[in-house]
This record gives sequence, C-alpha cells and structure tokens, in this order.
Amino acid sequence: MSLRQLELDVMRYDPEQDEAPRFQQYTVPCEEDWAILDALNYVKENIDTTLSYRWSCHMMVCGSCAMMVNGEPSLTCKTFIRDLPDRVRVEPLENFPIERDLVVVLDDVMEKLQRAKPFIIRKDDPPDEDTEYVQSRAALHKFKQYTMCINCMACYAACPQYGLNPSFIGPAALALAHRYNLDSRDQGKSERLDILADHDGVWDCSFVGACSEVCPKHVDPAAAIQQMKIEGAKEWWLQKLSPGGDKS
Amino acid sequence: MSRQPYVRPMPKSTWYMRNKRYRVYILREISCLLVAGYSGLMIYALSVLATGSPADWQAFVAAQKNPLLVLVHAVALAYFLFYQTFAWFKLAPKAMPLQIGEKRLPGGIVVAGHYVAWIVLSAFIFWLAGVL
Repeated sequence: MSLRQLELDVMRYDPEQDEAPRFQQYTVPCEEDWAILDALNYVKENIDTTLSYRWSCHMMVCGSCAMMVNGEPSLTCKTFIRDLPDRVRVEPLENFPIERDLVVVLDDVMEKLQRAKPFIIRKDDPPDEDTEYVQSRAALHKFKQYTMCINCMACYAACPQYGLNPSFIGPAALALAHRYNLDSRDQGKSERLDILADHDGVWDCSFVGACSEVCPKHVDPAAAIQQMKIEGAKEWWLQKLSPGGDKS
Repeated sequence: MSRQPYVRPMPKSTWYMRNKRYRVYILREISCLLVAGYSGLMIYALSVLATGSPADWQAFVAAQKNPLLVLVHAVALAYFLFYQTFAWFKLAPKAMPLQIGEKRLPGGIVVAGHYVAWIVLSAFIFWLAGVL
C-alpha cells in the first residue's frame, strides 16, 4: 500500500511548562486508509511519546477521540486522511479548557448530562420484577435518533452559545433530556422542566444549528432544542391559563 | 503533577468570523435590523396616512422613489424573499417533525408544504389587493 506524507500541526500544552498552547509539527508517513487517529497513534509510537490525547475504540462508538481537525469538531477515528489536504491542523475540542495537549476537561458537561436526568422516571408504584412497559415501534421511532449520542461533545465544540456562555446547558444534554421526554415509558417530564425552562436552558440556544451539522452520529440536537422550546412555551401558557395553575 | 487547565475564551466581538457556519448564521440574525428598519418605515407610512392629508401621502410616496430608497427596498425585499424565507423554511422540519406510523415524513415534504402555503397566501394577498 502506498504511503502519503502528512504534515500534522498538533496543538501542544504542558501545564507544567507552557504558559500557553503552541503548535508542534510532525511529518507522518500515512497509509491511504488511515484516519487522523492512526496518524496520532503513529506519532505517539514512533516520534513523540509525550503526546497526550484520548481514544479507545477506534470504531465510532466510545466518543473519546473527538478533536478539532482543520477547525472542524471531528471524531478522529472517522476522519480519513484521504479526505484531507497534505497539511492538517489538530487541536483539542474548542470551548473546553485544555488539560494537556489534545486532552480537554469535560467535568462541566458531565455535570450537565446528569442534570438532564437521562433515565426513565416513573411516578407510579415501583414495578415488580415481572412488570414490562411495552413500547410500540412507532413510539420508539419518535426518539430513536437521540439515543445514538456517544457523548463525544463535538456539538459543544461547535456551539458558539456554549463558547460565549459556558453556563448554557448545551446541545447534547438537552437532546438527551428530550430523548427521555419523548419516551412513552417515561413520566419525568415535569422533573426535567427546570433544565428546559431555566435561564441557561433551551432559550439560550439561538439556533445556529452547528451542533447538528458536526454530529458524527447524525443526532439532531438543534431539532430537539427547537421542539423543547415549543413544548416549554406551551407548558408556560397552560400553567398561566389553567384555573388553579401557577401564576407566578 | 499539578493541574492548570488552559482556558481559550471565545472572542466576544469576532467569534462569528471563525467559520462559514457562524457567518451564515450572523447574516440571518442581522436581518433583524432590516426588519426593524422596514417596520419603522411602515409605521411612519401609517402615521402619514393617518393625518388624512392626500398631499402629505403623495409627498411620502414621491420620497420613496429616491434611487437610494429604491435600492434599500430592493435589498430588503431580496433578503426577505430569498435568504430569510430559504433559511427559516429549511429549518422548519426540525421544529415540526412529522411522523406517520413508524415513518418520519421526509423534511423536504415539510419544506415544500411551507413553500406551497407561502405561494397560496401571497396569491391571496395579491388578489385582495386587486393585483391578480
């Protein structure tokens, strides 16, 4: 198989030595079918063992290898060098603090994902072991695309609203909340109202739509958020208008 | 080993120049200035009409024939008709997903429905105005 020389400009940051991130260039002899992750692995194994980055599955499942490739949030295991020019810039995901080199600090989004209450909430009695909540295929298809999220956080790197205002709960967490709200087995919609209607919730989204465009798993968080805005506005009016409803 | 995460704040005034996606978005958003300007003009036109003076109204209409104002009208019309309509209709299927049974109705059909409604309503308004 023929080799191709790839010039990799990789952002480096050593918290113990560097004041600010810098770029380091590596020349990598790549095979034609390599992805950017393969090139990084080559650097790590053959050129510079100090390079830090996250990866695990190399098959678009784990979501840990997302980085900026030529300015675009990408899963590096599915970003192939055959689709790229001879010189490629690799940076850590935008909008996140850099821990070291290409590794970012994800604590903030981990907390936000939990706030979405991404699990089925039942209001009725706890089921016994034999209880089944039957779901039709049509009901499943209402939310199935949102279950494809692998938490790679490319959507947060693409979202200028999150970049400008890090308290915005953000695309993946909102899509996840929407996924459970749409689930016919779930009864926890009211418990997720705060994440929906809060100041940092859906109304911080101005529908740039970049989150959906960069998603490597074709999830559509922008759609989820717009649908939640409609739901939120409906709930608000219903509460205002219903007798005995919350008028605050 | 000490942790010293490096924060890269997004530049508050130039962030939208970062990529094409953001530039397209900001073009959509700044159209609100055109909407505001045009609304102001319409309100002013109404106030001139409300004076009940035909001479004032004729003067207002004549003023609109100024080449510069004609250009503003043309740019605003093109912006609304093509860019705004195109941008928002394209986004409609996201806010209004339609599912029939197990199948999601393709977004293109929702968009096409919007265009059909737009043409029908426009024709109706032209008919009301006596143009058609």
